[in-house]
Amino acid sequence: MDTALIPEGRKRCPLWQFVLFIAVVGAVLLWGVYAMILCWLKGLNQTNMNNAYGFALWIWADLAVIALGGGAFFSGFLKYIIGKDELKNLINYAVIIGFICYSSALLILAIDIGQPLRGWFIFWHANVHSMLTEVAFCLSCYFAVLTIEFIPLILENRQIDKVRFFHNLSHNMHHIMAVFAATGAFLSFFHQGSLGGVAGVLFARPFGFREGVLIWPWTFFLFTWSAAACGPCFTILITKITEKVTRKKLVKDNVIELLAKISGWMLLTYIVAKIIDTWYWAVVTAPEAGFTMMDFYSNNPLYGLWILFLEIVLGGIVPALILITPAGRKNKATLLLATVLAVIGVCVNRWVMVLQVLAVPVMPFESWFMYAPSWQEVATTILPLAYGAILIAIAHRYLPIFPQEPELNPVEQQAG
Amino acid sequence: MKKAQEHTAPKKYGMVIDLDKCTGCGACMAACMAENNVPFREDETDKNLSITWLRVYKLTNGKKFPNADVCYLPRPCMHCEGHHGHSPCVSVCPATATDYSYDTGIVSQIYTRCFGCRYCMAACPYHVRYFNWWDPVWPEGMEKMLSPNVSVRTRGVVEKCSFCFHRYQIAMEKVRYEGRAELAEDEYQTACTQACPANAITFGDLNNHDHAVYKLKTHPDAFRLLERLGTNPKVYYISSREWVRRQGDNYLENEGKVVAKAH
Repeated sequence: MDTALIPEGRKRCPLWQFVLFIAVVGAVLLWGVYAMILCWLKGLNQTNMNNAYGFALWIWADLAVIALGGGAFFSGFLKYIIGKDELKNLINYAVIIGFICYSSALLILAIDIGQPLRGWFIFWHANVHSMLTEVAFCLSCYFAVLTIEFIPLILENRQIDKVRFFHNLSHNMHHIMAVFAATGAFLSFFHQGSLGGVAGVLFARPFGFREGVLIWPWTFFLFTWSAAACGPCFTILITKITEKVTRKKLVKDNVIELLAKISGWMLLTYIVAKIIDTWYWAVVTAPEAGFTMMDFYSNNPLYGLWILFLEIVLGGIVPALILITPAGRKNKATLLLATVLAVIGVCVNRWVMVLQVLAVPVMPFESWFMYAPSWQEVATTILPLAYGAILIAIAHRYLPIFPQEPELNPVEQQAG
Repeated sequence: MKKAQEHTAPKKYGMVIDLDKCTGCGACMAACMAENNVPFREDETDKNLSITWLRVYKLTNGKKFPNADVCYLPRPCMHCEGHHGHSPCVSVCPATATDYSYDTGIVSQIYTRCFGCRYCMAACPYHVRYFNWWDPVWPEGMEKMLSPNVSVRTRGVVEKCSFCFHRYQIAMEKVRYEGRAELAEDEYQTACTQACPANAITFGDLNNHDHAVYKLKTHPDAFRLLERLGTNPKVYYISSREWVRRQGDNYLENEGKVVAKAH
């Protein structure tokens, strides 16, 4: 029925299977939309946030998806600026994943603010000293860049491409894409960093505060670094999941291995910097404020040294060592394990830099603040996942995202 | 009149609270809520959802009878000066909805500009900032008793203690009308200060030699909450008890006895 829309030389599942998938995931999406509407109509009393937890699950989700969406800017940087041409076979997908991540982040922010109709105040009454202002500007600009990068992909749809104007537009946009990739990389370096700065500048919150250079705390650089390291891991992971779901090889191993290798070295250097940062914070910064490191990891039901181990060792050192080793990244199982661990590592980092910062008691006569999200918060956090799955399904079905797909999956052979 | 409007020396309004005098009666809290139209709900059991611009904490020395001791610590907004007005909350607000006044030293909150991102709440270690999780609902007839000098806040914005800034504005209007340059100490006092039956709270200009707070802040037993963090708060506490002063900040085990500093 929709054969005319499917890219030439590519085989897709029957329409009923596709519709069934969209319907099931769409039900989850509607659940999230219902929760979102509840939050907008009734207010943030629908959440389990409170005056101790001004930031909670949503801000973590925001920081996490932006870090994971970092694969778009870093792959673009590697392909267009550094000249790693093999990545042209993965860049389209990286852009789509980035687009999903960033649009999700903006949606979550729109739900998270107490007065959504005043959201534009962040631009109109901008306080240039606030890290959140920098985040808002760079995030919006970069989302515009991602949209521009996504448009030529949409224009490559078989039917749209038949229109001469769209064909030429797509062709010309591809030619100038390096400019947007460079702009995107520039913007991303700043907003990824600003997100790190959000907790790093809180000089009255000893768990989050970091010293730094000029106006930028060390977390500014660590967040950019970790997004550049783990974002590509997420791109690889989603590509592997897509290959599993579609039961097709979509990208050649050498492309994946190249990105995995770069990601591995980025992760290794990042984790060394992160260990130095943690060590300096534990022995200098925190004691200056009257805290020992164990004050942040004891006397509470959740946050122990295990979380530091999970983030740095399991989510950092282990995947880095796997990815920098040729045997590690050539083996499908260890490659998958490394990408999963790297994604967990960066998500845990974002969690502690949002939630644990607020959980730690600062006044000596207070105790730890614990929090569990409400179903509305969970549903609205799952919403972007459902939206992402649907967008990927539609994009994969109707757009030629993977240039190597026809070569890796000849239609005649499959038919035979 | 013109002379009165000339720029006067910057003031630094602050508070000194004598914890040895505080009985924990809560009159300051009640006065604050009534004065500032602070909303409340039928069920206030979850204190993390309550709005209490001034909250009285109960501190204990952790010892058993007969050595057990209790101290009540009223905590308004600290109106932190930070380093040259770089208070923790002001610098992070993305929409300039909170501001540090170099004329009064008061940290303001602009309710109509706040869009409820709550970054300021994350920045404040004293938990003085409160979010309006609900729209304010007043018991029938009570809306007629609201103070006309303080705007009520809507759902979705952050609010906090303003050192009864509307009282400062009213007092300054009178001063200007009368052609004077300076406020007298008793012309601007916060509601909590006046409500305290034990006279535990003293309020005034920390820069003014003639104000009581100027001398009190240099009391040998005076301290401020979390001074080590560099928040530079304008609320001072006095306690003759060492264990109380020690609870004013975080100390490493080897840092020994806390000696109150003169400011």
